Amino acid sequence: MQSSNELRWIDYLIILIYFIFVLGIGFVLKRFVKTSADFLLSGRSIPAWIAGLAFLSANLGAQEVIGMAASGAKYGIATSHFYWLGAIPAMVFVGIFMMPFYYGSKAKSVPDYLSLRYDEKTRAFNAFSFATMTMMSSGISMYAMALLLQTIHIFDAPFRALGLPNSWVFHVSIISSAVIVLGYIYLGGLTSAIYNEVIQFFLIVAGFFPLVFLGLVNVGGWSGLTQKLPAAYVHAWRGMDNAQHNLLGVDWFGLVMGLGFVLSFGYWCTDFLVIQRAMAADSMASARRVPLIASVPKMLFPFLVILPGLIALALMNPVIQNAASPDQPNQSVQPVEIQPDKQGIIPPQTNPETGEVVKDKSGKVELDYNMVIPNMLLHYFPSGMLGLGLTALLASFMSGMAGNVTAFNTVWTYDIFKAYIRRDATDANLLLVGQLATFFGVALSVAVAYFVAAFNNIMDVLQLVFAFVNAPLFATFLLGMFWKRATGHGAFFGLISGTVAAVVHHGLTISAGSTPGVKGAWIATVHTYPSQMAQNFYTAIYAWTVCFLVTILISLFTKPRREEELKGLVYALTEKATETGGRWFMRPVPLGIGVLILTLILNLIFR
Amino acid sequence: MNIDLRFPLGLLFIVFGGLLTLFGLFTDRAIYERSLFINVNLWWGLVMLLFGGLMFFVAWKKLQAKKRS
Repeated sequence: MQSSNELRWIDYLIILIYFIFVLGIGFVLKRFVKTSADFLLSGRSIPAWIAGLAFLSANLGAQEVIGMAASGAKYGIATSHFYWLGAIPAMVFVGIFMMPFYYGSKAKSVPDYLSLRYDEKTRAFNAFSFATMTMMSSGISMYAMALLLQTIHIFDAPFRALGLPNSWVFHVSIISSAVIVLGYIYLGGLTSAIYNEVIQFFLIVAGFFPLVFLGLVNVGGWSGLTQKLPAAYVHAWRGMDNAQHNLLGVDWFGLVMGLGFVLSFGYWCTDFLVIQRAMAADSMASARRVPLIASVPKMLFPFLVILPGLIALALMNPVIQNAASPDQPNQSVQPVEIQPDKQGIIPPQTNPETGEVVKDKSGKVELDYNMVIPNMLLHYFPSGMLGLGLTALLASFMSGMAGNVTAFNTVWTYDIFKAYIRRDATDANLLLVGQLATFFGVALSVAVAYFVAAFNNIMDVLQLVFAFVNAPLFATFLLGMFWKRATGHGAFFGLISGTVAAVVHHGLTISAGSTPGVKGAWIATVHTYPSQMAQNFYTAIYAWTVCFLVTILISLFTKPRREEELKGLVYALTEKATETGGRWFMRPVPLGIGVLILTLILNLIFR
Repeated sequence: MNIDLRFPLGLLFIVFGGLLTLFGLFTDRAIYERSLFINVNLWWGLVMLLFGGLMFFVAWKKLQAKKRS
């Protein structure tokens, strides 16, 4: 790439200041860490607005930012379904209905809640699978980010000066991010992670807002986008009647049930990575507000992370849309054809080893949509802002990684070490174990990153396994919190059979145009879905349904727990939280309803 | 017991905003060709400076109020 894309001193200075700053926060917060609860649970002392922004930021890893822009370029504004159909309703639900049990039960983690509500085997299953997955996903995102930084070639100059090959950008990215994240979590624990996540949130906004602004000015605003792109890209709900009529390749039922219900509620309502932030809040009222506060900026994030993808596509689209062409919503849609150009914002995919352009089965060049965000930064930002934009990207990467590491060390300490290794551990033991788990967690992530780098295809397999394990989870929690008859045996075997159902469904189905194997149909091809996304959504729907039904069935045949033991854990046996005091619009229910109405309006505007 | 998050947040934005503003004031216009000839360093630097200052001011006010009571 041309030398104008090399960074200048100001860019390096901004990045350096940021690194020093995040570590500094760890040093300042160090003196507040005295017990394991301080280190792993922030001593339950975080104000609602801070926990709320951290709740959002922990999920906003680089893969989310890069992935959403990539999806924006691939599928258009319909990507917003991940926010306006998926995340927001789930966040409102967890805040209003589920937080009273998570927070009120005094559980230390999500697996801990399962042990209180069900039994040890259900907790063990969840704790081990969760701990494994956090490390894997932390490693995968580390790998993805380091590869990206190597691919954009803007950090080459200092390495060239030292006589080191370009591949060192990859190593240095991994090692330096690992050391910094380890440093600030080791020093200040969860509080340090949360404080940094909030700062990262503001940095992401500060880095991406001007990008979207310049991009929109360039293409002539939203109306300019609608003129430069086919209608399918600028309407979220058009053509949802049939999978052939929209770019996602999904029908409305698969979308609403699979994404809107099973996957989103499964993630936002049960994943300890985000729930941990709410559980660190200073009171029940704050804990319930945390996901609701988070949902307000979440609602607006599609404009920051999806629009860059649409703008990139508009800049690349060679076809000028004919505004006079008749508007036919219920028609098969085709993606925009982009000329493969290595200097383009959406370049062709290249094999990381051979450097050759990757082509699909029909010989068409595959595009590397993940380059949208870094290339957009390079396209619009001069030195100075470029440093800030890269800092935002690095910040999102670190917040996602820190989220994984802090969730891992807590689950390891309380749900594995204390529960199964040393039941009589003192608090000093636990604090030490938590600190050690932080260290090993980061080391494991680095190992996974190199493992993924060595076996490139393993990433798809790992992500598939996550999907299998996660898909049924929400059924277990829903029944646990709202049906007092659900039993531990029911929950455990429900989870297992849900996971098995996901595996079997994947083994029997495939998406159009894919070859059997990691993409599905490795048992036999019983059904072909129009797209991989549709296959994923239906895998989740089947897994959830099987888990739901099996849990009910087995629960009815097994002995329920005595009602006294379930106080504070199940809806019917818990006193309703009455929210008094505070301004009425800050109480969970009105806040939640307000958020849902605004989300509905956004859906209507971009329908 | 913890420090007010607005202090470090404000501080970082003051530093970044200040750096960008100064850099924007003293740079050659040619580098703004990519940003549609808008001096984004100057303008966005000022916005960040303002935000950082506001955060810092609010945190300082709260601290004063706490000291008095």
